[in-house]
This record gives sequence, C-alpha cells and structure tokens, in this order.
Amino acid sequence: MDDLLQEFIAETRETLEALSGEIVAWESAPDDRDRLDAIFRFVHTVKGSCGFLDLPRLARLSHAAEDVLAAVRSGERAPDTRLVNAVLAIVDRIGEIVEAIDAGHALDDSGEDLLIAALDTGAEMAAPQAVSAPRSPSRSVRLNVDLLDRMMSGMSDMVLARNELARRVRDGGADPVVEAALERLSLTVAEMRDTVTRTRMQKIDALFSALPRMVRDTATELGKSVTLHIEGSDVELDREMIEMMRDPLVHIIRNSIDHGIEAPALRRALGKRENGWLNVAARQSGNQIVIEISDDGQGVDTDRLVAKVANAGLRSDAQLRSMSEQAKLDLIFEPGLSTKDMATAISGRGVGMDVVRANVEQIGGRIELHNAPGKGLRISIHVPLTLSIMSTIGVGVRDQRFAISRQVIEEIVRVGGDMIRIDRIGDTLSATVRDRRMPLIDLGDLLGFGPRSPVMLAIVSASGGSYALAVDSVLDHEELVIKPAAPAIMATGVYAGQTLPDSGLPMLMLDCAGIAHVAGLVFGREAMVEEIEAEAVVPGVQALLFDDLDGVRRVLPLSVIDRVEPVSASAIRFSAGRLRLSVEGGIIPLVALGEWAPQSTVSVVRLRDGSVEIGYAIGEAIDIVELPETVVPAHDAGPIAGVVAIDGDQIEVIDLHWLFASHADAGTVSDAPLCLFDGPETAWMTTFLKPVLEGAGYRVATMLRPGETPRVVVRMSDDPTGSAATVPVVRLRRDADGDDGSIFRYDRPALLAAVARSTGGR
Amino acid sequence: MALFLIAQIAGRPVAIESSQVESVVDIGSIIPVPRAERQVRGLAALRSRVVTVIDTRAALGLEAAEVDAGRAIITIVEGHYYAILVDALDDVAPFDLTPLSAGILLDKGWLKVGRGIVERDGEPILAIALDGLIPGALALAA
Repeated sequence: MDDLLQEFIAETRETLEALSGEIVAWESAPDDRDRLDAIFRFVHTVKGSCGFLDLPRLARLSHAAEDVLAAVRSGERAPDTRLVNAVLAIVDRIGEIVEAIDAGHALDDSGEDLLIAALDTGAEMAAPQAVSAPRSPSRSVRLNVDLLDRMMSGMSDMVLARNELARRVRDGGADPVVEAALERLSLTVAEMRDTVTRTRMQKIDALFSALPRMVRDTATELGKSVTLHIEGSDVELDREMIEMMRDPLVHIIRNSIDHGIEAPALRRALGKRENGWLNVAARQSGNQIVIEISDDGQGVDTDRLVAKVANAGLRSDAQLRSMSEQAKLDLIFEPGLSTKDMATAISGRGVGMDVVRANVEQIGGRIELHNAPGKGLRISIHVPLTLSIMSTIGVGVRDQRFAISRQVIEEIVRVGGDMIRIDRIGDTLSATVRDRRMPLIDLGDLLGFGPRSPVMLAIVSASGGSYALAVDSVLDHEELVIKPAAPAIMATGVYAGQTLPDSGLPMLMLDCAGIAHVAGLVFGREAMVEEIEAEAVVPGVQALLFDDLDGVRRVLPLSVIDRVEPVSASAIRFSAGRLRLSVEGGIIPLVALGEWAPQSTVSVVRLRDGSVEIGYAIGEAIDIVELPETVVPAHDAGPIAGVVAIDGDQIEVIDLHWLFASHADAGTVSDAPLCLFDGPETAWMTTFLKPVLEGAGYRVATMLRPGETPRVVVRMSDDPTGSAATVPVVRLRRDADGDDGSIFRYDRPALLAAVARSTGGR
Repeated sequence: MALFLIAQIAGRPVAIESSQVESVVDIGSIIPVPRAERQVRGLAALRSRVVTVIDTRAALGLEAAEVDAGRAIITIVEGHYYAILVDALDDVAPFDLTPLSAGILLDKGWLKVGRGIVERDGEPILAIALDGLIPGALALAA
C-alpha cells in the first residue's frame, strides 16, 4: 500500500506541475473546453485514487470540484471568475494535502468546508491561498519509458557481446586469469540484466493487491456486499502497461459494484445470492494479456442505454434503430453518458467508460463486453504482450528450437515409457497418456519438416481442451522477453512472438491455441460434458497391467494406486525384519516379489488404502486395462488373489487384502464393524468391495480369526447358504435386473445402505 | 534531389531512397520460419534486435539465386524491422526521381515496388519502395 501511496503522490505532484499552466490558461479563458477537460480529468483521477487509497479528505474535495466541473461541462453552470477561483483553490489545497501526506505532517482541515461551500452558486469569493507547505525530498525517481527501453536494448547488446567474448576466449585457449575476469563480468552482466529487466516488469499483483480493500469499501458505501475473486496475480506485465491499466480497472470495478450488482434486497427477490460475485482474472492468451472482470449483476440494459443516447441527442433515432445488439452495447463507450440516473460518489457520471476505452486503446489494447441482461456483465481487456517476460520451455524439432509458454504446458512425457500409447484413429493421431486420450499434433509435420514418430510429448491445454504436441526434444527452461513478430509471421497463426535468447540466435515462440486451431482441433464445452457423462456410465474397474520383478505379468486395481514412481535402489533396505522403502515423508513397507537389487532404479507402485501406505516394486508398467469380472481364485492365500484372462493371456491379480493385511504397519481400526466376505466370490469382493466398505468405515475380512463375529456377511445371491446364519446377510447378484431381495453388485449406494442396515444403522 | 542507395537485386541495379533505409548490414545465421510465406526467409539477430529477413527474389516472384545474398538493407515498416536481402551495394548518391516513361510496363513483381526512375550516367535505374516487398504489410493496411 505504501508503494501505491508513493506512486499516487508522485503522480499527483507531476500532474499538478503540468496542470499549473493549464490552470492559468483556464483562468484567463474560462470557456476553453480543452483546459476545462484537463482539470476535470485531474480531479476525477484524484477522486478515483483517493477511494483506492482511503484518503477521505482528498476524496471529498475532489468530488466537490468534479461535481461543479461536470455541471460546467454539461452547460448547467457558467464558468465565471468566482467558480474558477473556487476550483483553483481546491486544486491548490489538493496539492498541499499531498505534500503533507508525503512529509508525514498533519494539516489543519479547517477551511476545507469553506472551500467546498465556495463552489456553490452565489457563494462568496474564495480567498486565494498561498501555497506554503514545505516539500520533502522525494525518494523515488520517475523515469521516462524511452530511457528504460534504451537501457533494456543496451543490456541485451551487452549480453550478446559477453557471449561472443566468452566464445572467443574459449576458442583461443584460455588464460585462467582472463577466464576469472570474464567469469566476474558474466556474473555482473547477469545481475544487471535481472535488475534492468525488473525495472520494466511487474507482477499484475501490483494492480490487484489494492482491489480487495477497494471493493470492500465501495460495496460498504453502497450498502452492498460483494465477494471478490482474483486469479492470475502472478502474470507479469510491462510496468507501463500496469500504470495504464490502473484507472480503467478501477473504473470498471466501481461501475460493476455501483451499476451492475444489485442491492441485497433486490438480489434476494431475484433469487440470486445476496452476496454479489465479482471476478477479476488475468491470463495470457497467445500474444496478449487478457484481464477479465465479470460480475453476476444485472448486466447492461441496452434499451435504456439507447433511450439515453437518443435523449442526449448523440445519435439519430434511425441510426440507433439500425444498430446491432453489440453496437448498442458499445454505446456505453459514448462520451458523456451514464446509464444510472443518479450520479454517485463512486462511479461518477459515466465519464468512466469512454476514458477507459481511450486508455486501453492508447496502449494498443481493446476492450470487449459480453452482456447477459439480468445475469451479469463480463468485460475483457486485451492488451498486447509487447514487453512481457515469459517463462518458457524450449523444444527442439529437427535442428530448430522453439519456445512454448510454460503456462500452457500440463506435463511433458517421453514416448515409449510406461503408460503412453500412440494410435491412429482413421488418419488422425491420438495419444493416450495414462487414462487420458487426447488428440496428438506432430509439430514437425505441422511445421512442414515431415512426419516422424514422436519422441517427446508436451501436453498442452488450449482453447478449452488439452492435446499432446509431439516434439523431438525438450530443452531447457528460460525466461524470455517475447516481442510480437512481423505481420507476415503472425499471419501463419502458429506463433505468439519472437525472442532473442542468450544463444544470440532468434527463436520463435509457439502459440499453442493457434496450433490447435490450425490443426483443426475443436474443443467444445459440450464435448467435455459428454466425456464426463461417458466416464460416469462405465462401470468397469481399471487396473494397472505390469511386468513384475519375477517376470510374471500381473494387474493391480487402479483405485488403490497413488502413483508409480522410479526410486533409487539405495532407498530400499531390508531393515527391522522386513523390506522397507524410504520415501519423502518417512519409511513405508515395500513388497517385492522378485530381485530388485541388480537394478539401480526400481519402479515402485505406491498403494494407499486410507492412511495406510505400501510400496510395491514392479519391473515395468505396461498399460491400463479393464479388469474382467471373472477372477479365478488362487489355490492358496498369498500375494496372488487369482487369475483373470486379458487378451487371451492369464494374468495374476494381486491380492490387495493380503498385501495390506500382511504388510501394512498400522493395525486396522479394531472397533469398526466387521464385514465378512463369504463364498467362492471372495476374491472378487476383496478386490472390488473392500476399498468401498473400508472407505465407508468397515473392517473387512475374508476369514474369521478365533473369537471374532462378523456384524454382516456379504455373499453372492446364488451361493449356497453358508455358516453364520445368525448374522445378517447382504446378498449380491451379477445382473442389474432382478428382484429377489439381493443387490446388484455395482450398485454402490444400495450396497452401502444394505450393509449399514445390517450392522445397525451406521 | 534526394539521396538514393544503388543496390543490386537479382542482377539488376535498383535505387532506394535513403529515407527508407535504416542501415545496411551483413546478415549472419538465418533461422527459418516454418509455414510463413516464401518471401519470409527467416529471422536474424541484429545486435539485440530480431529482424525479419525478406528474400527479395521470392518477393519479386523471381527464381531463387544460386548463392545466398549476405547483405541486407534494414528498413522499418509499421514498427517492425525487416532485412531486405540484396546481392550487392554499389553507391550512395543524390538523384532526381522521374516518373516511369510512358509505355514502359513493369512485369508483375517489379510492378509492386517500382516508383520511378533515376538516371545514373545515362543509365536508367528503377527506384523501388521497400515496403512493397514486405508481405502482409499492405494487406494489413487495407
């Protein structure tokens, strides 16, 4: 907040200096519209910043002056000498208060009421005041951006010169003394570069950090309550852009709270939540930064807007009638227009939106409105990336390098590894990474190098979906200054900009959304919904197919797998009577059904059941498969529960129950109701039902220990009635249809309810 | 009289008004830009700046040269830096620009860039505008 205050002081001081000429000119020619506008803008800006910074005295003064000037602008009042004097007295007073804030001394506020009263029609002439407050030395310097630009380009030249020098020294057989000197130079240059870069870049947080307070104060003042969400605070933006975005953002947010979000009572009546919702988000999209401000208020009433414009005589009726809805909406940017009939201290009189648009366009941006009458308004401000520093990943295609924004990369995987499949569906490539199937774009092919079988996949998210981008290699991570490329290059649609990395060779940055577009990928919201529904109806249980250490192919249900990761063999020890694995958070038991010692790294499947964790060492993960329903039980109890047929192969199913029962460190909760699996289908139940029941707080067993009585027995409906007849039995059937008092075995809610009933209404 | 730079493009002399010329440089490594039009030869680093290298022969619709041109004229169009490849640079001298003589029709590529004629020792030299060589620039303005 101190930074903001310092900035406000510096800015106001500077504007006042620039304005002093205008003020004198206005004094001699009160009818001069340009001068009037300049002074009006000044008090308007001060008013805006004051609300932001919680400076009530300044806010009161500037608001009063703004009111009068607005009246002059609209022709309601004539700018006579008395009025000019009164306004100037207020401008002077603002200057004094600002100096007092900076110096940190108190300033008597007597006389301010008089100053404000002097603005009224028929008031006495205000006595001109002498500016007397002493000025404290400023600790910050305001620099011209051109100077920063020159510094920046000089810095880049210096880096390139350093690189060349380093190359020459290396080639010419280095003298250690020269090398040491060069090393020192390199360090200094790197440090300088960081500093110089930082002078221009700022996290957008600098803009966002003051918003919560401002929103709260504004909402309180209006008797509304608003919940603010902020996203993307760490997007970096050119300092100059941030400066330029401040006023528009403040205006838009104030407008949203004042005009958009309804009063709580009205919101209740409309069936909305009493708390208004305001979302401010920044993100990077291609070569632009997009700042979106959305609210769930009433949106813009275009009919009223049109009527307003017609009344003000700004456009002819015929012109207005022929306008499209969007064009009507854009009338909000018409100068001197307000949709709200009463001007308030908060958003003024519609001076906002035209100034907002002018400010945004000044930095080469554009502003878009998305109006949903009655539901809210979304305003997106697109500003160019020009001098944005971006975190990028370098990728190689054949012998050329490209940069990809790190923001869009979800993960990078190597093809041929554990769980990646590449298929051709028709002529379209698709990649399946673990259980996700997504389109695959061969970057080399797209860029005209010709197709090649993929080596590395960068999974990127773009335009509402994800796709895999096949590249030859993934190089390093670099912070780069991305600048827009020439129009002919941008026209290809696949580049976001160009940059000059330390190598001294230009590099292009890829626009992942553009690539998806060029490749013809379409991600729709509907497509995503379908995907979710499709997932919901698949009842199959997914399992990991892998080659075990002893060379046997086995499966493990996916639901208990936390993750699969390579660990160093040195993390595995036989200690305190059993095999254990050191993990980041301690030591967990490890199960290995074969020799792990000869390998330097071992793939370990981390199994988790509630709070109990076990490691299972495997040879290699093969695939994700759907577990067949029929499990042929094993002969003896042990690590293998049974065998299933997958693609004609006999695959052993790991007995999770046995695994956890015989290897888990922590004892299971003994007072939980015991649930006994009975009958020949026990193995299936153990694999499928055990996690469900244990998750619901039951203890599950397939065999009773001496002295134990189960609270409920679960068995298949077609099994012959077994032993414990005195205990309630929940019977399961294989088919979805049927009504013999049994429960379809995949009907989870019914199953849990039945077990709960039987164990006494848990 | 305005100052003109006389250069060789595709074996022909051309005159370029000096106000269009930012500097004249030797171009080092050129990084290609896949998917861009043929006129865009690629990107090159010019001190701390990235310039878009224009293959002048391609822009004029001519056959590619056997040997790559290594010199370039830097020009700024709409805020972007372009390096226009030329075979050689002859001279800088003041000339009078005169309109193309009636009846002389330039063929397609030259038509886009031809602006008039300057006369050097009786030899007529075509004066060209560099922005006519830049792909996308004109389309953008339209």
